[in-house]
Amino acid sequence: MDSHSLDVAHMLAGGMVLVSFMLLYQDRMFGLLNAFALHAIVLSASVAWQAYIQNAPHLYVPAAIALVLKGTIIPVALHRVVIRLGIHRSIETVVGIGPTMLLGMGLVALSMVVMLKAAAAADPLAREDLAFALSVLLLGLLMMVTRRNAVSQIVGFMSIENGLILAATAARGMPLVVEISVAFSVLVAFIVIGVFLFRIRERFDTVDLQALDEFRGERR
Amino acid sequence: MNGIIAAFPIAPLTAVLVIPALAAALLALLPGYWMAARLNVLAAFATLIAAVSLLAERPVAGGYLFVDDLNIVFIVLSTFVGFTTSAFSASYIGHELEIGRLTPRHLRFYHAMYQTLMFAMNLGLTSNNIGLMWVAIELATLTTVLMVGIYRTHEALEAAWKYFILGSVGIALALFGTILVYMAARPVIGEGNDAMVWTALIEKASEFSPELLNVAFVFLMLGYGTKVGLAPLHAWLPDAHAEGPTPISAVLSGLLLNVALYALLRFKMLLAANPAALAPGPLMVTMGLLSLIFAAFMLYRRRDIKRMFAYSSIEHMGIITFAFGMGGPLANFAGLLHMTMHSLTKSAIFFAVGHIAQVKGTQKIADMGGLTETHPVLGWGLVLGVVAIAGMPPLGIFMSEFLVVSSTFAREPLLAIPLVFGLLVGFGALMLRLNSIAFGEPRGSLAPAQASYVPLYTHLALVFVAGIYLPPPLVAWFQNVAKLLG
Repeated sequence: MDSHSLDVAHMLAGGMVLVSFMLLYQDRMFGLLNAFALHAIVLSASVAWQAYIQNAPHLYVPAAIALVLKGTIIPVALHRVVIRLGIHRSIETVVGIGPTMLLGMGLVALSMVVMLKAAAAADPLAREDLAFALSVLLLGLLMMVTRRNAVSQIVGFMSIENGLILAATAARGMPLVVEISVAFSVLVAFIVIGVFLFRIRERFDTVDLQALDEFRGERR
Repeated sequence: MNGIIAAFPIAPLTAVLVIPALAAALLALLPGYWMAARLNVLAAFATLIAAVSLLAERPVAGGYLFVDDLNIVFIVLSTFVGFTTSAFSASYIGHELEIGRLTPRHLRFYHAMYQTLMFAMNLGLTSNNIGLMWVAIELATLTTVLMVGIYRTHEALEAAWKYFILGSVGIALALFGTILVYMAARPVIGEGNDAMVWTALIEKASEFSPELLNVAFVFLMLGYGTKVGLAPLHAWLPDAHAEGPTPISAVLSGLLLNVALYALLRFKMLLAANPAALAPGPLMVTMGLLSLIFAAFMLYRRRDIKRMFAYSSIEHMGIITFAFGMGGPLANFAGLLHMTMHSLTKSAIFFAVGHIAQVKGTQKIADMGGLTETHPVLGWGLVLGVVAIAGMPPLGIFMSEFLVVSSTFAREPLLAIPLVFGLLVGFGALMLRLNSIAFGEPRGSLAPAQASYVPLYTHLALVFVAGIYLPPPLVAWFQNVAKLLG
């Protein structure tokens, strides 16, 4: 594997981390959905590049799934849901953008330290991709805890799954079953979420999860 | 026994998976409640027969599925409780339909999901492939999320959403851990499916990179630990138990938590087989103790009866995790026994609680009272169940808790102090609540119960017998598995 192909792989995986940061500071619903589509497209490019340099044509399947399902269908569907529910206003955050970004940087540093050390024996491509994947995963978690809106939590959750697919493709020779099933589970999860969004909306007249918190079973 | 096996047209291992899958498809199409409930029971019974016949004839381990001494215990327990719960569910759901809390359309969905859950759990337990195991647990999570939200009330939606978000995050962390285990195995075993096959992994585990295994186990512990309901990752559990239909609470507590724990145990064995890797025990001991003590205190201030028993599940999963974390033949034996006893007792309690909540029309503890007078069969069933779960002799849980405590005293006396403390605190809370629910002035509705007592008393009888006499073959079996667990 020459250094050129390694650089491109790093660029794409690092690109995902950057787009994860973009997700963190979006304060408009449509901006968030567009950033998520971009996240999935970069993932798709990254997986396709892995398929090319690893000589693993079966990896083009998850790349295509990421592009079609997460890069196109889910953002478009969420877009429609948001319009139908009339929630395209700005997004309420729990923690301010500034501290969130700082926390995010801390998390990236942490995942670099942990993974580069733990996977020291693995080949450089897998090692660094795993570090990037862990960063994406942690940034997704951070997004889920700093947002109160149901749609932003879903986007956070799906960006975590993007990170997982990045990790799975970086691990050379990982059986395809795993990647496909991750993609499939995202699809199922999306349907579940869609159903729930409408039910929550129907019950609470909002998808701000603070309204849900007030209905905690204990306070009846 | 052999006659039953010969009567099967397909191998028992396949049957354990195919029967629930087919039943789920059929139940999704079947409109009538009466037929569907019976078919559900029948399918669960057939799965149980198939699982029991696995005891007699064990198939060769394949690349995807296998049966060994460890998972057969889980499979038989899981199919048995699945069967009794389906019988309970038939009478419970009939009542829900009568009072209009559920519509026939919901029921079709409910029954199909019930069998899908059985399929997912059996797949998780029989899989020889760590990737497949993950897929199965993910499927089980998604089906239970849908069932928890089935009533569509505010609280049910809140509970389902919380469960979905926390469960998904947990399961995502577990997948990352699974990928890391594969990364550790790949240089030793080679690329592809082989490096995910558990039987191959355990053989070569001593050659894996210990650093990768360590990081992987932390992720697996956090991920599957969320599904086990260990504190501080338990937030979804009380809500999911309280707001879903009661049969689902019984299955969640009795089975799904065990499946997640089983996954954790498999990975613990991998780490234990690698001398250079971190010892998984202390991590499990800490989280187990934390869950036990936290849940024991939380038991005092519960006002909702199902929520209270959900906290009791956290407490007992803590004890079990603690026992497996301690390791060694005796503690592992105690952990296995406690897991079995807890599954049987806790699902029995939920059977009783389900009918009680239906009679009273509420889940609030304040609106229940004097049950042993007004509904003696149900009330005494609950009393027996709670006495058992609190760990009173001579019932099964007393014995397993006694074993956990005594084995801890023998090896780490300092750890035994918080353990006993947590047990006593939990015991006090349960007795306090039991007193107000079962005895004293009758409160709330006095409507007669339309209950099926068979599943409830079957479980209680088993727990009672196990407390007095464990059959020697069972003891030998558990001892063998305990040695396997290291």
